[in-house]
Amino acid sequence: MQGSSVIVVGAGVAGLCCALELSERGLRVEVVERATTLGPASCSWMAGGMLAPWCERATTEPEVVAWGAPSIAWWAERFAGTVRRGSLVVTPPRDLPELSRFASRTERYEWLDADRIAELEPDLAGRFRRALYFPDEAHLEPRRALAALADALAARGVPIRLGVELVPEQADADLVVDCRGLTARDALPDLRGVRGEMLVVRSRDVRLSRPVRLLHPRFPLYIVPRADGVCMIGATMIESEQRGPVTVRSAVDLLNAAFALHSGFGEAEIVELGADLRPAFPDNLPHVRREGRIIRANGLYRHGFLLAPWLARQVADSVLGAHIDSETVDTETGDADLPQRRRA
Amino acid sequence: MFYGVKLGSRLLLGTARYPSPAILEAAIKASKAEIVTVSLRRESGKGKAGQSFWSFIQATGLRVLPNTAGCHSVQEAVQTAHMARELFDTKWIKLEVIGDSDTLQPDVFGLVEAARILSEEGFKVFPYTTEDLIVCERLVEAGCRVLMPWGAPIGSARGLNNVYGLRALRAHFPDIPLVIDAGLGVPSHAAAAMELGYDAVLLNTAVAEAGDPVEMARAFALAIEAGRAAFIARPLEPRDMAVPSTPVIGKAVLGGL
Repeated sequence: MQGSSVIVVGAGVAGLCCALELSERGLRVEVVERATTLGPASCSWMAGGMLAPWCERATTEPEVVAWGAPSIAWWAERFAGTVRRGSLVVTPPRDLPELSRFASRTERYEWLDADRIAELEPDLAGRFRRALYFPDEAHLEPRRALAALADALAARGVPIRLGVELVPEQADADLVVDCRGLTARDALPDLRGVRGEMLVVRSRDVRLSRPVRLLHPRFPLYIVPRADGVCMIGATMIESEQRGPVTVRSAVDLLNAAFALHSGFGEAEIVELGADLRPAFPDNLPHVRREGRIIRANGLYRHGFLLAPWLARQVADSVLGAHIDSETVDTETGDADLPQRRRA
Repeated sequence: MFYGVKLGSRLLLGTARYPSPAILEAAIKASKAEIVTVSLRRESGKGKAGQSFWSFIQATGLRVLPNTAGCHSVQEAVQTAHMARELFDTKWIKLEVIGDSDTLQPDVFGLVEAARILSEEGFKVFPYTTEDLIVCERLVEAGCRVLMPWGAPIGSARGLNNVYGLRALRAHFPDIPLVIDAGLGVPSHAAAAMELGYDAVLLNTAVAEAGDPVEMARAFALAIEAGRAAFIARPLEPRDMAVPSTPVIGKAVLGGL
């Protein structure tokens, strides 16, 4: 397949990671995106950007750790803004059992006492008696990371054609990688949207240097620091496909979480409120499905930046005909005209 | 038997907060539940907002008991019930009117009022209530033919907080189906509720947030079956003194003769 042409449809985090991986493996790649600017039209734009497989394990399947852990190095090699300072999990004293429960469902953490919390995050000094610290985790700023991927693609001579709406079936290429997210439900009927809402604040009083998760029996939320005192607070998980602005109830939950973490957030400015739909399959795990020359890569759910590098590797393996783990990849073939068979 | 509908399972399962719809589906199967509850307040909005999730629930083929979770006023609860009737084509409604957003304790005054309004409109109301006898009497007067007292606050996993009150409720309403709704953590809690003579148990968090929701669903199903069988088999009452089950020959018999 070396030298073949591949068109990637969709320039969210899935599409850009796939394009870069394919290009790095020697394929001639082109990206098309129906939006006229890179980013805002994809749900990656609203992402938190936590590379936190071990924290995620507390509420997800073991695959998220196995597939997500290698992503930290993948990003660090390709995006200088990848911050490897771990992440912190705290809870108000009343909900301390939540912290033990969280710990019992995951691994690769340390228990911190108040002094160690203060060392790591001086602004949280005196606010929490115990915390869980996941030293191997990382985070990044999704919008800058997308731009960095686009730069890396440009440097490799991979064109990104914006404002081009392309139906994968009609693409003129040897292979098509369908990374259209929720738009691909015309071809993936079991894909659904899960609404997420987030907000961005700017604070002069509170500085954090790593993501902090605040556990609560009903509203577990997280805060991810960006540059210049900006923090992203997310995210709701609602089984609804309603688009449209953040609801008052969700905004109150998100703001309450920030305020519970540090009352200094009371003086922060609200910079942005956003909502979008995450594409998800019924098991909430990403899948790669192949139909002849079309490879559909989708279902990143709430793990866009964490699992997109894994998804890209699966796609590249499929394109290059490498061994594919049948448990993790549903390649629905049957087409005698498969490129990898041609190669064989 | 709820509102004339006879069911084989005494477990009702909530559908919120599972790791994924696939796990939810497997948990429903393992629980053998025939009724699932669906929250409308959040997974709602206009038009076809939650359609994917709902069509998934409907595809299970089970009876859906929509609930008004998250409603804080009579008006909200009544509106949500109307929406549920349209969406799921059912007159069943699990009625929650929340009085306190932290403990999710029911507002029993609003509950009775909303139950009356909805019953008059032809709804079959399943009210989520405290175990208060008089409140339950008012709910029956308002038209409810099922009562769903809490075991403990929603999601608290504490079990049956007031066994005495729940026992009194059972004695007071021998003919009304009683369902323990909320607050259970482990299967032994459910077994205890069934041993008290309760008709069924409604679970959500205890299964959804267990480390292995599917296995926990199965465990609860077994416990509910065991508790029910124990109730029918008329268990022993605790005694102050151990009583030998065979005559104690050759020993002096103390007192009482």
